[in-house]
Amino acid sequence: MRSEYKLIFERSHEGRRAYDLPKCDAPDAMNEIPECFRAESELALPELGEVDLVRHFTNLSRRNFGVDNGFYPLGSCTMKYNPKINEELAPMFDDVHPLLEPEMAQGCLALMADMEHMLCEICGMDAFTLQPAAGAHGELTGLMHIRAYHEHRGDFERKVMIVPDAAHGTNPASAAMAGFKVKEIKSAPDGGVDLDALRAAVGPDTAGLMLTNPSTLGLFERNIKEIAKIVHEAGGLLYYDGANLNAIMGIVRPGDMGFDVMHINLHKTFSTPHGGGGPGSGPVGVKSHLIPFMPVPRIEQKDDMLVLNYDKPDSIGKIKSFYGNFGVIAKAYCYIRSLGGEGLKEASENAVLNANYVMNKLRGIYDIPHDRTCMHECVVTPTEEMMKNEIHTSDIAKALIDRGYHPPTIYFPLIVHEAMMIEPTETESRETLDEFVEAMRGIAEQVKTDAAAIHAAPVTTPVGRPDEVTAARKPIVKYEEE
Amino acid sequence: MVPNDRKYTRDHEWVMVEGSIAKMGITAHAAEALGDIVYVELPAVGDETTAGESYCVVESVKASSSVFSAVTGTVVEVNEELDGAPEMLNEDAFGNFIAAVEFTEINEAELMDAEEYEKFCEEEA
Repeated sequence: MRSEYKLIFERSHEGRRAYDLPKCDAPDAMNEIPECFRAESELALPELGEVDLVRHFTNLSRRNFGVDNGFYPLGSCTMKYNPKINEELAPMFDDVHPLLEPEMAQGCLALMADMEHMLCEICGMDAFTLQPAAGAHGELTGLMHIRAYHEHRGDFERKVMIVPDAAHGTNPASAAMAGFKVKEIKSAPDGGVDLDALRAAVGPDTAGLMLTNPSTLGLFERNIKEIAKIVHEAGGLLYYDGANLNAIMGIVRPGDMGFDVMHINLHKTFSTPHGGGGPGSGPVGVKSHLIPFMPVPRIEQKDDMLVLNYDKPDSIGKIKSFYGNFGVIAKAYCYIRSLGGEGLKEASENAVLNANYVMNKLRGIYDIPHDRTCMHECVVTPTEEMMKNEIHTSDIAKALIDRGYHPPTIYFPLIVHEAMMIEPTETESRETLDEFVEAMRGIAEQVKTDAAAIHAAPVTTPVGRPDEVTAARKPIVKYEEE
Repeated sequence: MVPNDRKYTRDHEWVMVEGSIAKMGITAHAAEALGDIVYVELPAVGDETTAGESYCVVESVKASSSVFSAVTGTVVEVNEELDGAPEMLNEDAFGNFIAAVEFTEINEAELMDAEEYEKFCEEEA
């Protein structure tokens, strides 16, 4: 049941300290600071003894929820288990300084070059850069390639990036950031790209199309070849948002579908921690016609050495300090090497199997707006009867918290009213999935007998239902004494 | 319910034309579907709008959504009150406009009257 948990400011007692410093022996130091920069009052910091401080943060950390202590089926985020062997092996590179001369860091460069080759093979692309820091940074980098490609041809009229209305929110944001004008096109009733709308949208101003396949509805885009043809014939390029790559490894490759440039989220598909445990990593892959524009430095073989080549006159430049989030790349490298080609394929197959298992078990209990074989995630909605009882997706999510689950993604994709997007990932056992389905069934049953209890959920957390509306309209972002 | 002194788009916006000025807002249906609106990213006076393209973003606790312009023209007035009180759109979507645009182009054929719009909403559900 609910327990009170005090804020650190509420535990403060004047004069308590967790440190003991010698007296300042530089009495004139204050005079060195210009008056305008001096604090006029003491900082309002909490005052605690060491043991109280340690207990406060230790107890808070025990309230953390992650894949290591429970099922976390967050759609479109691929919260897969992070194998502990990655965490054991990657730190072997921890002591390498990023400014070491390349000839003294041949191991690191070999790992990165090898990683680039493996990602090329998995995705069907011709070259990869490992620099981008995470997914959205990868999108921006990839779109900068598209821009550079058109401008290099002397074509400055291609300013429009087409984005379907079902896309991840980062897509239009990245396109705007890269200097494009975003044109949104409506999805077809089956959730895929509306070919007629696409044909009507393309033209001499089309820079490209951003697409996720499987789509954000967790459905495979069957018309991908036709889509690629329409965009290419109009002179545009095709961008692949790799957020949903976990569904297709070893089965089909973005490069073969006709995509020119893509990013991967190593922190999703390739099992490195994210969501507070990051950082991420968003490598970008390109087809040969975009290679000249890739960020510098490129890792190249010269005689029997790997070198960093900065001499690329058409490059979009450097987009990250040093060479990307190397530690994350090393963990993802361990993952790919541990699983191998067959293992990666099996991971995707099981991810798809698990999502279909959950979807089929939930049929009849919840509504399935696009009822066909799904990929690695499925979208369900509350039934009409639940909605009549004023039970919405957010209520079901809150009720799941009391049952020990991190809720799935809710209210996304935007084109499905009251969406709940469930992505179990491949590592979950049938027992775990069955228990989750039972929890979902239990909530559906309780809606009929005691809807008020669902409206009151969660009751097991320190805070029940924060007032989200007031928090968004009138946010208070620092501690204020009442 | 749906006032018949104005026209409607398939994206659930309303547009009221007076001479060369088009006042635009979102419908009660749109406001209800969005849920509690917490922020309205208003256009600025002088901004250009294009028919069928976004000129404003409305953010609710569920999501942020583009608001599409029914006309092509220049923004001459915005409803600044929405900046401090976005909930006005939930309370009275038809009584609170977002922006007024002096337009050069309006595609009347794409717009619906109140009766047609009500029918459109029913069909969409």
